[in-house]
Amino acid sequence: MFDFLSGYDLLGAFWVTVQLTLLAAVGSLVWGTLLAAMRVGPVPLMRGFGTAYVNIVRNIPLTVIILFTSLGLNQTLGVSLGSQDFDTINFRLAVLGLVAYTSAFVCEAIRSGINTVPVGQAEAARALGLNFTQVLTLVVLPQAFRSVVGPLTNVLIALTKNTTVAAAIGVAEAALLMKEMIENEAELLLISAVFAFGFVVLTLPTGLILGWVGKKVAVKR
Amino acid sequence: MTAVSVAKEDVAASNDLVVLKSVNKHFGALHVLQDIDLTISRGEVVVVIGPSGSGKSTLCRTINRLETIDSGSITIDGKPLPQEGKELARLRADVGMVFQSFNLFAHKTVLENVTLGQVKVRRLDKKTAEERARALLDRVGVGAQADKYPAQLSGGQQQRVAIARALAMEPKVMLFDEPTSALDPEMINEVLEVMQQLARDGMTMIVVTHEMGFARSAANRVVFMADGRIVEQATPDQFFSNPRSDRAKDFLSKILHH
Repeated sequence: MFDFLSGYDLLGAFWVTVQLTLLAAVGSLVWGTLLAAMRVGPVPLMRGFGTAYVNIVRNIPLTVIILFTSLGLNQTLGVSLGSQDFDTINFRLAVLGLVAYTSAFVCEAIRSGINTVPVGQAEAARALGLNFTQVLTLVVLPQAFRSVVGPLTNVLIALTKNTTVAAAIGVAEAALLMKEMIENEAELLLISAVFAFGFVVLTLPTGLILGWVGKKVAVKR
Repeated sequence: MTAVSVAKEDVAASNDLVVLKSVNKHFGALHVLQDIDLTISRGEVVVVIGPSGSGKSTLCRTINRLETIDSGSITIDGKPLPQEGKELARLRADVGMVFQSFNLFAHKTVLENVTLGQVKVRRLDKKTAEERARALLDRVGVGAQADKYPAQLSGGQQQRVAIARALAMEPKVMLFDEPTSALDPEMINEVLEVMQQLARDGMTMIVVTHEMGFARSAANRVVFMADGRIVEQATPDQFFSNPRSDRAKDFLSKILHH
């Protein structure tokens, strides 16, 4: 029944999906946190930048962003992200595009978390003589993160599935392999089912584990 | 040489720790602070009382610039309050503040609450900071709770931790913004006792409160505010037995006759 699978590197393709997801997750967590810090910070220029970035980037289709990294950054501007190898360049460009896109959503999730931290927490921190960065990193963000594990899990699951867009610039992840199999094999429904199952296997435990983590780290008030 | 030492003595002799001069502040159309002049000397305990909305808390919060002012000047130990930034952070470290809602850092243990400022602002090493924190927690009577989280403590315990957290910075002056207003009646005394001890130890304190008993027993001076103005200042004895202004008489008649 599953004979059609032989000759295809299904695990290899999903491994690329996992790599795309993990790298983009770490990148967008870092950049998204910085964006959130800019948006709540005292410097008007940075606030403006953060706001503009989020509102522009989250409203552009991911496909357009991913295609831009390849057609715009790579082929027009010659950005190769430190590699000569075609596959490696495209993989890195895809990570870059996913980070750029996902960080807008991470930023907004974290910002909503910052809004759940009572204003007195920051006031008490300022009253001790902590500066803005210390107030944010020692008092506000640790509490904000704990309250947005749920929303960030949603972003992570969306990111996992969004990695399929990287197929548009030829990254050999799961969706590209699926396209190839659909062209070559007859079992269309089964192929779709196999890939759907693969993604559920990736995302379901993510949701369950992070749901448990979210409860575990929740701040009691 | 002589001139310099004389100048130094002058500064040292100046006993005014907190000086507010014609301070004004608006919240939109509301003129919450109107031409406030107030001088607090080293070691003095000043209790600010008055009806709700009279500007007491705002006054307290302007002193470490949690509220900005529209005009006038505030100086602490001879230095005017700087703009937001490094200078202001340094100055705030010298001004302890205790809030109505405690505001202990909810994700940190009691001990971490008291060491945070020492380590991150005063740059003490962790071990010294912890020793001092434990000593302070013992002093306010919550030493046994050091490893718990704030949410596991009663309100009175939390507020005493908050006092220890402020004291850990070795402040020149302590601000209390209605420290007992959010407490159950039975917990008010445990906090007031700590504050009274602090007053006896010579700490300079500015206390916004509705606790008339504390004002009588611990204050050097009572400042009565109403409608954004300082209406009357007097020793507690004078103020409570013989208020001069009609506004203060009215206020006292409402709160003291039960």
